[in-house]
Amino acid sequence: MSTMTDPPKADFRLSMLINDTRYRSLTFQVIAAIVIALSIWYLGNNLIQNLRAAGLNISYAFLGDSAGYDINQRLVEYDSQSSHARAALVGLLNTLLVAFLACITATVFGVIAGVLRLSNNWLVSKLMAVYVEIFRNIPVLIWIIIIFTIMTAVLPAPSAFRGENPTSSMLFGSFAFTNRGIYFPRPEFANGLFASTALNWLLVIAVLIGSWFVSGEVEKRATKKQEETGERPATLLPKLAIWLVPFVLLMIIMGLTWDVPELKRFNFSGGLNAGGPLIALWFALSIYTGAFIAENVRAGIQAISKGQTEAAAALGLRQGRIMKLVILPQALRVIIPPLISQYLNITKNSSLAIAVGYADITATLGGITLNQTGRAIECVLLLMLFYLTASLLISTGMNIYNASVKLKER
Amino acid sequence: MSDQATNPIAFVAEGTIPPSPPPANETGVVKWLRENLFSGVVNSILTVLSLILIYILLKNTLPWILNGVWNANSLAECREILGDKTGACFAVLTERWPQLIYGFKYPVDAYWRPNLAFVLMLVAIAPVLFFDLPRKMLLFTAVYPFLAFWLIWGGTILVPLVALVGCIAAGGVFQKLGNNNFAAGFFGAIVTALVIWNVGGALIPEGASENAWLTAVPSRDLGGFMLNMMLGVTCVSLSVPLGIALALGRQSNMPLIKWVCVIFIEFIRGVPLITLLFVASVMLAYFFPPDSTVDLFLRVVIMITMFSSAYIAEVIRGGLAALPRGQYEAADSLGLDYPQAMRLIILPQALKISIPGIVNVAVGLFKDTTLVSVISMFDLVGMIRGPILASTEWNGVYWELLGFAALLFFVVCYGISQYSQWLERRLATDHR
Repeated sequence: MSTMTDPPKADFRLSMLINDTRYRSLTFQVIAAIVIALSIWYLGNNLIQNLRAAGLNISYAFLGDSAGYDINQRLVEYDSQSSHARAALVGLLNTLLVAFLACITATVFGVIAGVLRLSNNWLVSKLMAVYVEIFRNIPVLIWIIIIFTIMTAVLPAPSAFRGENPTSSMLFGSFAFTNRGIYFPRPEFANGLFASTALNWLLVIAVLIGSWFVSGEVEKRATKKQEETGERPATLLPKLAIWLVPFVLLMIIMGLTWDVPELKRFNFSGGLNAGGPLIALWFALSIYTGAFIAENVRAGIQAISKGQTEAAAALGLRQGRIMKLVILPQALRVIIPPLISQYLNITKNSSLAIAVGYADITATLGGITLNQTGRAIECVLLLMLFYLTASLLISTGMNIYNASVKLKER
Repeated sequence: MSDQATNPIAFVAEGTIPPSPPPANETGVVKWLRENLFSGVVNSILTVLSLILIYILLKNTLPWILNGVWNANSLAECREILGDKTGACFAVLTERWPQLIYGFKYPVDAYWRPNLAFVLMLVAIAPVLFFDLPRKMLLFTAVYPFLAFWLIWGGTILVPLVALVGCIAAGGVFQKLGNNNFAAGFFGAIVTALVIWNVGGALIPEGASENAWLTAVPSRDLGGFMLNMMLGVTCVSLSVPLGIALALGRQSNMPLIKWVCVIFIEFIRGVPLITLLFVASVMLAYFFPPDSTVDLFLRVVIMITMFSSAYIAEVIRGGLAALPRGQYEAADSLGLDYPQAMRLIILPQALKISIPGIVNVAVGLFKDTTLVSVISMFDLVGMIRGPILASTEWNGVYWELLGFAALLFFVVCYGISQYSQWLERRLATDHR
């Protein structure tokens, strides 16, 4: 019988650094660290030499200088005297605006197309397959340009609304679709509770959030009642009242009026304006990403076994309720992770705004500001920092949501 | 019973009655229509709506396409030929065809070179895509990059020749040393290649390109759809090995290597390609030695390769994670070391799982090559938006040009995705 003995303790030899698994990973990491340090030193050295040769230095002071260019589409106050930092802020908000809008509409398009692609109707499912294939396989840049061209070439110029017999007229007398963008009425408060418009709007939002909470409470109470007694009290009317009454009251108190766009000498003025580039970018991103989301939705629904549908049908549920109560809640778990990456893609693809002249952060900070000040390194670094932060925030937020809908396993 | 009594001759069927055909609305076209198009009220409404949509689309596009003018020299001439009819002016495609495909600066008498490179590319790529072809064709695939470089850029043949010799020597060294010790073979191959490239580069005489067989074409003269194809093919083929390395690095249990890979991948995936292209166009030059001139094409290739390798790394990581743990343990218990286990057991299976994902990344990347038009390179979209639409003859022919670009990309991308689906079915050797 043999006994296990410790292996003979060999003295440390240099060859063990490469042949002995205990030391080998250490060796490799030291080599890697040296290589990385050397390449960083090499690149940094080149950078310093090149900057010195060009007479530049890294400084962010230019952000305080006056920008000197105009931005049409803006959410906050801005004029050409404002600083480059302010211009970047306008661009940042514009990026977030178009990304937010496109995420919502892309989800709507995607869910509709994805569900319809599974329809029993042969024609409809084939049409949706064609939609998905066409929009997925053509670059989004081409879509943005095509839709921008439609906007500018097909829609009438503001001058078409003029004269005795105008060739175009405003929809309901208040919406104007022109090749410079869409003009629509802006809600205004004649006697707001606060002096600043922003605070008034915050109040409106607060009231809406309050209604949302209360109606959620009502729903919960109804479910509790149903579990206790088996009868579900009608919640539609109370909920409608909770949503409408405070809102309408607030509107009456604050004196809601509409600032309707009017045709002035060369263009419409007053009201709100969603410029052509915004609409083009928004729509193009929505239909392009919608095609991808449709595929995710279809895959998610197909991942749910047919037995689920049949079991639900055997319980006597109607077609719509099967979808709503049985299939979608399960499919959602499969759909959400790819949906997150689609939202990230929308945010990143919104940087293509520069191709149609929408003033997002790539076009302001990475475009005009960069060209005017020549501060390439600083601008590009700031730009990357912004997108990195936005991506991380979106994926964190969506991951939290994903965790909340995940199957709770014991 | 009384019937029988009054009627002595009972009725007896002498043969079987032939089966009657099913009711008309249960067979053929009618049944298909009823089941697939008009099975309910909602379905019928949807069908009618779809038919109306298709009708509107066809009504507006068909005359436009069918009346198209293919021969004219300007938009005005086109409109003259068309008269009152609505119709497309496809003449812009025929007249500007070379510009759309090769860009507007590539020498006209050298168009055969990219054409030949394209045809040879199909030959070189075939054995990679279809496994049934003879394996010897891979030799040509290995030589192809150097040949294509020489064909497209021209200049002296010595440059690609030295590069090729360096690669062959490196391969030889790897074969010799790598059998016993992967690391020795790997680093030996790199050193060999670097030595040969440097020595060979120094041996190439000054001005060898002046009187070469093929006139040299600078990178900035490349353009059109050729540029999209070149960027797409180069970057995808470069980023697959890089992506494999990154994915393995991310799985590594050496913390330093793991974290370098994680930071690289997450950083690249967090920023849009456009910012990386900005880096290529305005920033990357600062990181090269002061006296070097690295042209824009190479800088763009570097950045796009980094971009796609991060995405491919994530796809391959998925493949590696999908392998059962037993495969790793089996490799270990056979006594294979890390490079052997990866090369012989893990990667072949993991790559098979990741092929559809890699093809998706490749399609996405090929579409994204259009973004280089933003940093003023004249690829297909850049040509359309720049020189062609700005010219006096063709100012205003949006639909024909954009439609052509869309069609071209659609054909290539749809083709690739169909290939990927075929490959997936072909490789599905389990779960029959």
